[in-house]
Amino acid sequence: MSRAKDFLVSGAVLLVSRLRRKPKLHGRERVVPTGAASPGWELVALLLLLAAALCAVGFIVVYVLDRLSHQTQWLGLSLGLSFVFLAAALIVTAKHLIVTEELEDDYPLVEYPEEQETIAQVVDESGSRLTRSGLFKLGLGAAGGAIGLAVLTPIASLGPGIDMDAFVRTPWRRGRRLVDEQGRPLRAADIEEDTFYTAFPEHADKEELASSLVVVRLPESELRLPPELARFPANGIVAYSKICTHAGCAINLYRTPLFKPIEPKPALVCPCHYSTFDVATGGDVLFGPAGRKLPMLPIYVDANGELRAAGNFDGPVGPSWWGVRMRKPENGSGA
Amino acid sequence: MIRKLVGFLDRRSGTAPLLRKTLRYLFPDHWSFLLGEVALYAFVVLVATGTYLALFYRDSTKDVVYHGPYAPLQGQHMTEAYHSALDLSFTVKAGLLMRQTHHWAANIFVAAIVLHLLRIFFTGAYRKPRGLTYVIGLLMLFTVLLEGYLGYSLVDDLLSGMGLAIGYGVALSIPFVGANLAALIWDGPFPGSPAFFSRMYIAHVFILPALIATLLALHLALVALRHHTQFKQTPRETQRKIVGVPTYPGQTPRSLGLLSFVVGTLFLLGGLVQINPIWLWGPYHTYAAENGAQPDWYLGWLIGALRLMPSWDFVIGHYTLVPNPFWGGAAFPLLVFGFLLLWPALERRFTGDDGYHNLLDRPRDAPMRTAVGLGVFTGVLLVFLAGASDRVDVMFGIGYSAQIWVYRVLVFVAPVVVGLIAYRVCIELQKGEEVERERKRAEAEADAISRRDQLAREYV
Repeated sequence: MSRAKDFLVSGAVLLVSRLRRKPKLHGRERVVPTGAASPGWELVALLLLLAAALCAVGFIVVYVLDRLSHQTQWLGLSLGLSFVFLAAALIVTAKHLIVTEELEDDYPLVEYPEEQETIAQVVDESGSRLTRSGLFKLGLGAAGGAIGLAVLTPIASLGPGIDMDAFVRTPWRRGRRLVDEQGRPLRAADIEEDTFYTAFPEHADKEELASSLVVVRLPESELRLPPELARFPANGIVAYSKICTHAGCAINLYRTPLFKPIEPKPALVCPCHYSTFDVATGGDVLFGPAGRKLPMLPIYVDANGELRAAGNFDGPVGPSWWGVRMRKPENGSGA
Repeated sequence: MIRKLVGFLDRRSGTAPLLRKTLRYLFPDHWSFLLGEVALYAFVVLVATGTYLALFYRDSTKDVVYHGPYAPLQGQHMTEAYHSALDLSFTVKAGLLMRQTHHWAANIFVAAIVLHLLRIFFTGAYRKPRGLTYVIGLLMLFTVLLEGYLGYSLVDDLLSGMGLAIGYGVALSIPFVGANLAALIWDGPFPGSPAFFSRMYIAHVFILPALIATLLALHLALVALRHHTQFKQTPRETQRKIVGVPTYPGQTPRSLGLLSFVVGTLFLLGGLVQINPIWLWGPYHTYAAENGAQPDWYLGWLIGALRLMPSWDFVIGHYTLVPNPFWGGAAFPLLVFGFLLLWPALERRFTGDDGYHNLLDRPRDAPMRTAVGLGVFTGVLLVFLAGASDRVDVMFGIGYSAQIWVYRVLVFVAPVVVGLIAYRVCIELQKGEEVERERKRAEAEADAISRRDQLAREYV
């Protein structure tokens, strides 16, 4: 009984769809197969599109009003949501409103030997009028190479590529005063233990790598400077370049026993890669990647109690390069 | 309507056949194929937001005094570049949204590329005939890392200045030519001349994006010419037959949906989740530094490598052949990129498999590749984690130098251990599948026998 009903219904459906079918365009077969309608999902997609449009309008309103308390957040929320709603609408479309075909196709050939041969032949045969082709290729190579080199030469204008003096030049000279960031001279009496001070050469460019110093004071009994530096501690005050010899960051951590009892030695630490330098021994590397000790600047206390340079650094300032161990900054005792 | 449009186009370009082929180009259906697409869409967002930022940014190191709405920096000296980045954050309407979205997009761009690379590697998608596509992809990743680094260096806040100082240190450390190269790039020793900022700017907004776009076009063209690879999910997929969804109608709403989703997510992040609050860091000076500074995530492996290297410059006489930062900042990334570049050839050599592969492997199908790949990945991941050891020290109180020593050992031991375990796991999984296949075959056989016996009994 129910079987008969099924036949009847399906027959009717078939007939109706036959009658309703649009005439084939130019008698062509369908390319994309038909699929079932799903009005429910269509409604969902439409609502999502509407939500996207509303959010986009919301963005314009927020932008124009420009008086909400969290302007950036509202802008991001409205614009972001409008795109997310649009994405949802498109995904609903992909999943429920279009026909998803799973098709097969041939992979393209991986190579075309016949074509390869023809190309090679064309190139080979095109040189048939040349009698000294080897020499000719050499000539082309020479001209091409030289022209290439010529057009690259102006790159040298970019900077002083072979002037290495700039890498060892420093603004420090014997007698030059140490000043703080505001240009006030550093007085020996003001330098306390267990803290550090940043200093610069008076009247010099503070941004130059060789300018900035870290100044610290240690009890004189704790200093174990090597002989060539030993005559420069000014009442226990020592000065080092502030630029790490590893990668050129500014050293801004001072590890002293006051803060970390388990760490034995007072040391300067670079916050980039934690190269650690011993302040008592002239800047030796205690830990971390730095390959060279921290350059020390000899200083003295003048008659007014102010700190002055007693010469130049005992090594080049900043990160290492190929010539960094070849020369020291010149001793500017003449100034 | 569509007939008119296609006719119009075809009569003027003769591209109807090409267009038809494009519409019916097949995309194999697998979620992991979307990673590359996410990267592509993040690039679109980067170009769009970056163009907007470029309309307001000033690439000048001229010293100016800040008188903007952000009170803590009132009256401070800074470069015009940093000033313009602050203006973008505080005075340009929607400027902060665009800046933060740009930064988020950069982070997600690189993340998507790296995940895409892992997928390509562990499924063997780089094999013939797609070797060139793979190499171009690697070149793009390299360019993108440099592009990202220049991007956050341009802001000229304290963090970006510190990043540049490190970059300068690494450039100086290149054997034989480092100092000369750095002097050319910076126009003298660090911090260089004002020309340096113009150079970074033109590289960030034109030279590198143009290079990335060109490589991207080549990459996509090669993908399309060779067609996508595919997993063997049904018997229909073979080395000669690709099974997939056509560009239109199947793939188009999916891809546009993914595009919208990526754009939407990036704007939501850019609006709601703060990233790089440049006003907190203040202007850069060579003599200033910030504690606990961390670069964007995709440079974390380099900071880790720089930190792990013990104190050592390679010196011959007075000639410093290899200054320390070279190992972590240049040799290590070059080694990783070198491995990725050479791996396909190494694998061909060791396996003797020189054939063309349109079907992808699952990781277990190629135990050696999976083991070596996971080993290298573990090494890089550990170095990456080492870059965060100072934060771990501050947050969990585990001593920094102790951590560094543990990492120094682990980076050599862990890759070997992980590789061996991975190899073993792959073999076991293969055996498990073999047992499973055997069982099915036996069951089918037993079924057939019992049915035959039954038939025999019935007819006796």
